[in-house]
Amino acid sequence: MSKKLNRRDFIKSTTAVTAGVATISSGITLTTFAAEDSPVTNEKRWGMLIDTNKLTESNIDDMVNVCQEENGWGSETHSTGAQKPDWIKKVKVRDKTTGKIDMLPMMCQHCEQPPCVDVCPTNASMKREDGVVLVDKHLCIGCRYCMMACPYGSRSFVHEDLSNQKEHMPRGKGTVESCTLCVHRVDKGGIPACAEAVSSDGVIFGDLYDANSKINQTLKKIQSTQIRADLNLNTGIRYSGI
Amino acid sequence: MNIRYQQIKGRSLGFYALIAGLGIFILATLGSVYFIEHHGHYVTGMSNRFVWGMPHVFALFLIISASGALNVASIASVFQKKLYKPLSRLSGLVSLALLMGGLMVLVLDLGRPDRLIVAMTEYNFKSIFAWNIILYNGFFVVVAVYLWMMFERRLNKFTFKAGLIAFTWRLILTTGTGSIFGFLVARQAYDAVIMAPMFIIMSFAFGLAFFILILMASYKWSERPLGDAIVNRLGNLLGVFVAAVMYFVAVKHLGSMYLAENAGIENFILFGEHIYTPLFWYAQIILGGLIPMALIYHPALRGNRSTLGLASLLVLIGGVVQLYVIIIGGQAYPMEMFPGKEILEGYGDIAAYSPSLAEIVLGIGGVAVALIAVTFLVKFLPFLPESLADEISDPHYKTK
Repeated sequence: MSKKLNRRDFIKSTTAVTAGVATISSGITLTTFAAEDSPVTNEKRWGMLIDTNKLTESNIDDMVNVCQEENGWGSETHSTGAQKPDWIKKVKVRDKTTGKIDMLPMMCQHCEQPPCVDVCPTNASMKREDGVVLVDKHLCIGCRYCMMACPYGSRSFVHEDLSNQKEHMPRGKGTVESCTLCVHRVDKGGIPACAEAVSSDGVIFGDLYDANSKINQTLKKIQSTQIRADLNLNTGIRYSGI
Repeated sequence: MNIRYQQIKGRSLGFYALIAGLGIFILATLGSVYFIEHHGHYVTGMSNRFVWGMPHVFALFLIISASGALNVASIASVFQKKLYKPLSRLSGLVSLALLMGGLMVLVLDLGRPDRLIVAMTEYNFKSIFAWNIILYNGFFVVVAVYLWMMFERRLNKFTFKAGLIAFTWRLILTTGTGSIFGFLVARQAYDAVIMAPMFIIMSFAFGLAFFILILMASYKWSERPLGDAIVNRLGNLLGVFVAAVMYFVAVKHLGSMYLAENAGIENFILFGEHIYTPLFWYAQIILGGLIPMALIYHPALRGNRSTLGLASLLVLIGGVVQLYVIIIGGQAYPMEMFPGKEILEGYGDIAAYSPSLAEIVLGIGGVAVALIAVTFLVKFLPFLPESLADEISDPHYKTK
């Protein structure tokens, strides 16, 4: 006996189909970076120790330049100075009381509790298990709430169309971006371009959890600090000398 | 006496001129959006320092006004004030229209407005923004149901319950809007929970000012009677709301100044040498606060509709300025990144923002969309009572 489709059945079946489609499509997520050999785990926590006493101004300029070169930002033609991306920048500070001047490179601090990830409505801002904070450019709607939330002003918005992008670093007009700690290198066993650019011990990159790593051992010995430590974000980037 | 609702005729030259004027403005808005989205945000005054610009000023102004415009209906159905009852339908309509305008601006200013579907399907429940997406969408549904209960005679008995839900929803919604700023821990200009209740009280004032202007204009232009009882009561209420906004502004700034961490930003806004200080004192406080209160409460001007209209307009202008000072002024001043240190290079200067024409047109376009929606809907659905003369609307009316 053929059953006539009444309104209730129609609604039931369309709801089921819609729910099904929604379930399947929500599973399709394009991931920005994926480790090739081993999965990213929380057994590691990537971090960087920057010793400002060991860095010269030209070291810091080099860090900025190699980052631009490595990741292909900074050659935007239409954007004004304040509109251009700033994945890493040179910051000069003076102590209000003593007048001591320090210079340091500033980038995404790869917080353990990143405010940008908390505020992102679409989960585009995310933290990998190994502590690297990234933006999924496929999910970013360009609302810029993360830029409002970041205590370090470390995020940039792409203000114009881009050309000649690096294959390993897709970027896009209307989305937000920031330092990726060069995950494309780190996942292959390398170190971030900026760390590589400094020959001295001014920048040490490594696994903060690994008791045998240089960064872990150095941090046990010397005095270091986190920028805006009062916010309790537990940053992956640590500084010494400021 | 029974209230009879009736569509407006909407055949006059004035009606078509209004529609045409707003329509042209909306076309200009769409042109601006195309311009910005085609080129990218470099054609705006926004930057990595001014993350949110003029569109956000208008978007948030409209969104908070939207929730406030619903108050008139809430007073009638939740607090059972009979005088406001005939105004409930219009209140719901103005509320939805303003929200639509505000959300349009917000969405069209996104870097990727084409990905709106992502915002609707991917939720991070820790994000106030994500909550707001749900609250805004829900508000449309809740207020639409509320209006339906009001329109459908058989369902009138549910108006109280629907009104209570809508009232609660709008309070939560504006709390959410205020919390967008209130929870920005790193920014001294915003990090204060008082932002949420302050936004609620701002919504009361701005929403009512919009409502008064729309009510008076539609009754004047459609040549329907509008009695003093309603107009004077709304005027008095607006005065109270404006005073309350100023109280919250005072508490916010005094409380903030008490923290040494915030001394920089407070001095910058309240006593600085940039545009934000005169905007704060002259435009927000005097023009948008003290003058409207004087216009409303001065004995010689009581019951004067022109001055009430002017007061409402000034409250709205003051409101836009207030959001400008909060959003733009708050970003102009750098975050306190290195306490005890002064930043010489790389970050930390006071940034300058000059909005582009496209941004301003987009922002005002949101107002135009809200107004055109109200204009059309009062023509096609019976939102407005035929008469709001005192003998009809005032439950305490006594024949003289």
